[in-house]
Amino acid sequence: MPEPAAERRYEPVIGLEIHVQLSTRTKMFCGCALSFGEEPNSRTCPVCLGHPGVLPVLNAEAVHYGLMIGLALDCRIAPRSLFHRKSYFYPDQAKNYQISQYDVPLARDGRLGDVRVHRAHLEEDAAKLVHAGASGRIHSASGSAVDFNRGGTPLVEVVTEPDLRSAAEAAEWLRLLRATLKRLGVSDVNMEEGSLRCDANVSIRPVGQATLGVKAELKNMNSFRFLQRGIEAEVARQEEVVRAGGEVTPDTLHFDPRTGALTSLRSKEEAHDYRYFPEPDLVPLAPTEPMLERARAALPELPAERAERLERELELSADTARLLAYRGELGDFFEAALAANGGAAGDGAAAADAQTLASWVTVELVPRLGDREPADSPVTPAALARLAGMVSSRAVSQSAAKQVLDAMAEHGGDPEQLVAERGLALADADELGEIVDRAVASNRDAVEQVRGGNGKAIGAIVGAVMRETKGRADGGEVQRMIRERIGS
Amino acid sequence: MATPSNEVVGLTGARAAEEIRAGELSASELFDVYRRRAEADDLGAFLSVAERGPGSTDSDAPLAGVPLAIKDIFCVEGVPSTAASRILEGYRPPYTATVVERLVAAGAPMLGKTNMDEFAMGSSNENSPYGAVRNPWDRERVPGGSSGGSAAAVAAGLAPWSIGTDTGGSVRQPAALCGLVGLKPTYGSVSRYGMIAFASSFDQAGPITRDVTDAALLYRHMVGRDPCDSTSLDHPEAIALPGRERLDGVRFGVPPQLASESEGIEPGVLEVLERAIERIEDLGGSVEEVSLPHAEHGLAAYYVLAPAEASANLARYDGVRYGQRDGDGDLASLYERTRESGFGDEVKRRIMLGTYALSSGYYDAYYGRAQRVRTKIAEDFAAAFERVDLIVTPTSPSVAFRLGERTGDPLSMYMSDYCTVPMSLAGIPAISIPAGLSGGLPVGLQLAGPAFSENRLLEAARAIELAIGFEGVPVIADGRHAGEGPGA
Repeated sequence: MPEPAAERRYEPVIGLEIHVQLSTRTKMFCGCALSFGEEPNSRTCPVCLGHPGVLPVLNAEAVHYGLMIGLALDCRIAPRSLFHRKSYFYPDQAKNYQISQYDVPLARDGRLGDVRVHRAHLEEDAAKLVHAGASGRIHSASGSAVDFNRGGTPLVEVVTEPDLRSAAEAAEWLRLLRATLKRLGVSDVNMEEGSLRCDANVSIRPVGQATLGVKAELKNMNSFRFLQRGIEAEVARQEEVVRAGGEVTPDTLHFDPRTGALTSLRSKEEAHDYRYFPEPDLVPLAPTEPMLERARAALPELPAERAERLERELELSADTARLLAYRGELGDFFEAALAANGGAAGDGAAAADAQTLASWVTVELVPRLGDREPADSPVTPAALARLAGMVSSRAVSQSAAKQVLDAMAEHGGDPEQLVAERGLALADADELGEIVDRAVASNRDAVEQVRGGNGKAIGAIVGAVMRETKGRADGGEVQRMIRERIGS
Repeated sequence: MATPSNEVVGLTGARAAEEIRAGELSASELFDVYRRRAEADDLGAFLSVAERGPGSTDSDAPLAGVPLAIKDIFCVEGVPSTAASRILEGYRPPYTATVVERLVAAGAPMLGKTNMDEFAMGSSNENSPYGAVRNPWDRERVPGGSSGGSAAAVAAGLAPWSIGTDTGGSVRQPAALCGLVGLKPTYGSVSRYGMIAFASSFDQAGPITRDVTDAALLYRHMVGRDPCDSTSLDHPEAIALPGRERLDGVRFGVPPQLASESEGIEPGVLEVLERAIERIEDLGGSVEEVSLPHAEHGLAAYYVLAPAEASANLARYDGVRYGQRDGDGDLASLYERTRESGFGDEVKRRIMLGTYALSSGYYDAYYGRAQRVRTKIAEDFAAAFERVDLIVTPTSPSVAFRLGERTGDPLSMYMSDYCTVPMSLAGIPAISIPAGLSGGLPVGLQLAGPAFSENRLLEAARAIELAIGFEGVPVIADGRHAGEGPGA
């Protein structure tokens, strides 16, 4: 007998559809420059306004970017892909059809990280509608205006297989995709500004079941956080429906991040018939070998590969490697520091190992950056490498080095000079030995407790040393010297 | 400069250009003669006439200033261009069609815009909200369509030559019914940019002229790849003015599917065809039967594919951006009322047909199947051209029919395209030349060749034209009538 629905365990099954605005110079099918908040309808021409008699001409750079994305996602590139017309009446489409790709997309059957990529295809973006009136929706608006500046912006739509199993996984994978696209330099990938837009197909099924449940489509979540919260809310809603003995129905939903509410955008009665047919105004897209070669040559090392390399070659932890690789600028900073570090070692100065340096970047530098990119901070990779090297060679204590980094993050500067100016150079062994001797002598109680097995009591002695050295001593070294003296 | 106006009007475009170059005729006078005649048009051929000629004409330009009547389907910057549809009433395009630009640049200034079936949908020019066009050979009869105005204007001596567009026969059939030459070029050899689209994979601009030389001359200045039309190609050969008088060694094929009474071809038309075939043999050409086994299904396939494309092409006429607008202030009524009042019955019929053919669940049965027929017909032609150089058929199954005779029966109207549609489906060039009279009305002979065989086609057409000696202009200023010949 099957267990009752209320007691079953369910797993979410999630697939993503991502629209990526390409950062080409001009639109997909005409010569209009892309728009960044210009006067409405100032970036338009007869073609993107859908005038009678106009014809689309495919943007070669958009194809190049599309090929780069397809290759970066490890897809098969179609030798001959087709454009179709997707018909629907709405004022955001000047022609009342969108030119998109349908049954033969530019790229298919790829993979990024642990997620299979179903397809990636080229299409044109819609115009922006502005509705007057309280609701912000067209049906109750007192008037609506169309800004065609965005209409015709090149898009690549990436569709994944339903390989994601939690909201957190979905958000994490989207971060990887975003990092990958950013690394490719093909898009601004700004979710808030809409250059990266994500829809999620969400269903649930009893754990262990192979077939997929009925899915709902969550539209247009414009941040990683909203994506995650939206999916979580939808999974919870579906579980509730099913546990109450109901059935999930296919739906398209809007997630309101303010209220956490999910509202249906269309009912089944309004289901669209897009009447796709091959676009007769365009010829099939058949990338030539030189086009493919150019796209391959343009591929940089991608975040997934970089994370793997950092983990393998430098023995960084998986989390650290991913952080450096997914935030490419951070990875660049780290690798520049690592290179400078090697140079410093060649000069006879001690160098920090890669893991230590990585931790200086990810744990210490990142919180001191605020909203800045590492390149915009006054801290140079070489300076950070030298500071880390000073710690490793015990020229300065960890805590003193942090004070130095605070100063560098504010005003830049040279670490050696800052250490000297502030008198933060680590006490040498003789001086430190004397201080430790005095601290042991004046903390007899603590010494006895440590000898009696209370290891924590050593803190009081260390504290005394640190007070006297004003943080110039290395805590670990101080502990070692105390234990040596009290014989524990 | 002493040439009297009725003699001027008797000149072909090429002759007039020669006289201008020789200084025997003034281009501006010629323009004025035609402008006055076009303004006095009582056939309904013109929708608008240029108010003045070009300021100056370069008599060294290849077309020397001989004015051109332009079908209203071509966009001309600042000039009303409506494709004879109420929905585009008042629309003045912000740009000019490539073909018009090229012809004007070659020295053929625009004389005016000619009437047509709305959006080129029709075979009689009765589907124009601006009124039917009358055939100058018999004013109670239709001039054919959809380029009926362009044909009637040339036949009546209101214009020396004109351009039309041919989707399923819209240049060839009105040329045939008005005793003129009409060339439907190889698909892709002439830019479609700026031609208001009916069925994009069929539409081609073509000349309507008094003789084959004029057709070659205009076509020479229309061809060539246009960066604004991705489906356009450079013609592999320079277009020559035909000079051939014999047809020795040229093999002609007559397909019974398009040339027999059982297929609905009028006996009078077949008689003219028979005589033309005899002339071809007299000139040294060989004539044999070739089979186009799928040609009889051409009409059915065409009337699925062309409306399907039209249903998307005409979706942009929604009252949002230009043209006529009607409605109650909400989006649905804007669409419904604008399109209800803006489109004529035949246009609505084809939009409905095409929408249905593309609907999910019907696509394969209609659109998909029609595409397969299209492929079969192209294969039939390819096989036929293995055996013969050119194919000969009647252009139209009948001579010009009476106004109103077929308006109540769309299918009998569609039959007008029976002989011309197969070539349109195959994308191959075809020319109609006047071959004689039946019941006092002109009969057209259609020659078709493989893609880009226009030179061969024009040479053969010229030789046959000379042998037949058809005297083309039915009614000129002095009231001389059809078939009487210039000396009669």
